[in-house]
Amino acid sequence: MSLTVTPQQAPTGRSTGPIANTLTAGKLPRFAALWVLLGCLAVTTAFFVILAAASGTGFNIAAAVFLGVVLYGIVIWVLSRVVEGTRKAKDRLVTALVSTAFTIALLPLISVAYTTIANGIPRFDVQFFSESMRNVVGAGGGALHAIMGTLLITGMAALISVPVGLLTAIYLVEYGRGKLKHGITFFVDVMTGIPSIVAGLFAFALFALFTGDPGIRMGFGGAVALSVLMIPVVVRSSEEMLKLVPNELREASYALGVPKWLTIVKVVLPTSIAGIITGVMIAIARVIGETAPLLIIAGFTTSMNYNLFEGRMMTLPVFVYTQYMNQGTDVQAYIDRAWAGALTLILIVALLNIVARVVSKLFSPKTGR
Amino acid sequence: MTTAPAAPAIKAKQRPGDRVFSTATVVSGSLILVTLAAVAIFLVAQALPAFTAEPTAFKGDAENFWQYVGPLVFGTIWAAALALLMAVPVAIGIALFISHYAPRRLAQALGYVIDLLAAVPSVVFGLWGITVLAPAVQPFYTSLTEWFGWFPLFAGPVSGTGRTILTVAIVLAVMILPIITALSREVFLQTPVLHEEAALALGATRWEMIKLAVLPFGRPGIISASMLGLGRALGETMVVAMVLSPAAVISFAVLQSQNPTTIAANIALNFPEAHDIGVNILIATGLILFVITLAVNMLARYIVERRKDFSGAN
Repeated sequence: MSLTVTPQQAPTGRSTGPIANTLTAGKLPRFAALWVLLGCLAVTTAFFVILAAASGTGFNIAAAVFLGVVLYGIVIWVLSRVVEGTRKAKDRLVTALVSTAFTIALLPLISVAYTTIANGIPRFDVQFFSESMRNVVGAGGGALHAIMGTLLITGMAALISVPVGLLTAIYLVEYGRGKLKHGITFFVDVMTGIPSIVAGLFAFALFALFTGDPGIRMGFGGAVALSVLMIPVVVRSSEEMLKLVPNELREASYALGVPKWLTIVKVVLPTSIAGIITGVMIAIARVIGETAPLLIIAGFTTSMNYNLFEGRMMTLPVFVYTQYMNQGTDVQAYIDRAWAGALTLILIVALLNIVARVVSKLFSPKTGR
Repeated sequence: MTTAPAAPAIKAKQRPGDRVFSTATVVSGSLILVTLAAVAIFLVAQALPAFTAEPTAFKGDAENFWQYVGPLVFGTIWAAALALLMAVPVAIGIALFISHYAPRRLAQALGYVIDLLAAVPSVVFGLWGITVLAPAVQPFYTSLTEWFGWFPLFAGPVSGTGRTILTVAIVLAVMILPIITALSREVFLQTPVLHEEAALALGATRWEMIKLAVLPFGRPGIISASMLGLGRALGETMVVAMVLSPAAVISFAVLQSQNPTTIAANIALNFPEAHDIGVNILIATGLILFVITLAVNMLARYIVERRKDFSGAN
């Protein structure tokens, strides 16, 4: 007992003693902030648990955490102002605010992940991945046609944009000079800012004029629209990766009499291939979730369509959109399908991102040899 | 003199491989310019009929194209501005947290977590906004109109569904958060360490150090990041199309059920059923959106370029 009391008394004894250490006198204990935070969270959690019990509604964890952090900001500011003075108090307040900002950003992320999984699981079954929506009214059916369409259209878009984007990046890094280089760099930046729906309208305008069909819908148009969005991303990331290749490697290759194009193909590209693949993966992940351009040029349908050049083609994001917006009589079935589609989409994007990171880990050139 | 006439410059051997390869790179580089020109040309070509269309061709009671597009332009800018207003302070906070507050080892992982937000497809955000966010904020909106109804922005009557432009702006803010955060974070990390250490050595607290060294250095970066976020918010389609219950009005009230919709959402909602001149009108509105985002993005690039010259680092 006495052992636990003595250390508590020691600081007070020191601060009131004749030789006070001015540097440490006005300072909150080391873990005070942490304890205050936990205390505040405990208080708000208790408050909301009681509130939930009293009103019979569910426990509102988001509000509890959020208000807990706000309460922490106030308490720590007052405490610090009393003990440490205004400057330090302001510093602590800003620390609390900045951490709150981070917490705020986590709330939607957790909420989106939770609702998508919780609502998507009921229809995340074999039927969902093995059937299309043809002749389905109400429950049942699946998104096979949409998944197929997404794979075809995104694959085609990658097939267009990867060569174009990569060659452009090579031009910018290895060959480009003068006005053309500046122009391309500038317009790649401009292209990054094209709204996705405008890309869709462009593909529509292009094919409507060329085919003369004012109501044209086809999968290839969707691929063109996605390419417009994807090319600048591929160019940017590949350019950064090519710039990282040390010039000594190129010079060594030239010194051995290797032609420039072979130097690029055999030395520069293999050195940077990991980064380039990562960039391409992330670009694909970026466009695979695009809805607006596909809604416009690829349209929607309930049947399988393997032909990119003819007829409407369903894609996963558009599937989610149409299932939600055009709910039939059996509302729940449509909503369940929409959420299952959303879950599939998020899983695909997550998978692409993970593969990208693994590729960059595994295949990046070993340094420090 | 007696030296041999200057030896003819040794010409590099022309190899077909080199020729083919360099031509291929130039062609694909130029293809980007051609594409962008094509985007502009085809949009203009398809949009032209809309400017002289009959008054009956427009939905609602618009007489000509400009009356039709006016509320849409207003809605687009208003929603994006609201989103920006919410996203920028939070994004700066997150960027500071990751660059200057979080423990070093955690910082990168925390950065990934925020980047995850950027990986969520917009249609999923739309679903989330309509099924989770809108019902969750509706009671809050009701009390907001009760207490602050005198303030024009929060004027009643409140929407019963929560599907208002403020909800849209919140979702848009969440969507542009990762972009602004990532760019500001990069800029904050580039602050010269000597500036920071000098501030700390003079006895500044961490916040004073940030105020003195980091924020002045990062200000142009924050501005251009915000502009890029604004560009993204202007062009975002699905969230607005799904969450908002649209009307062709110009109204600053953010909690009512009558909300101005945006150009992109209007296109997405009406395009599948549009025909003849209706298609041209929608494409013309798309052209306007293209011009607006182009202007915003170019302004952002201009600020970035200017920053290079007057960077505090050199």
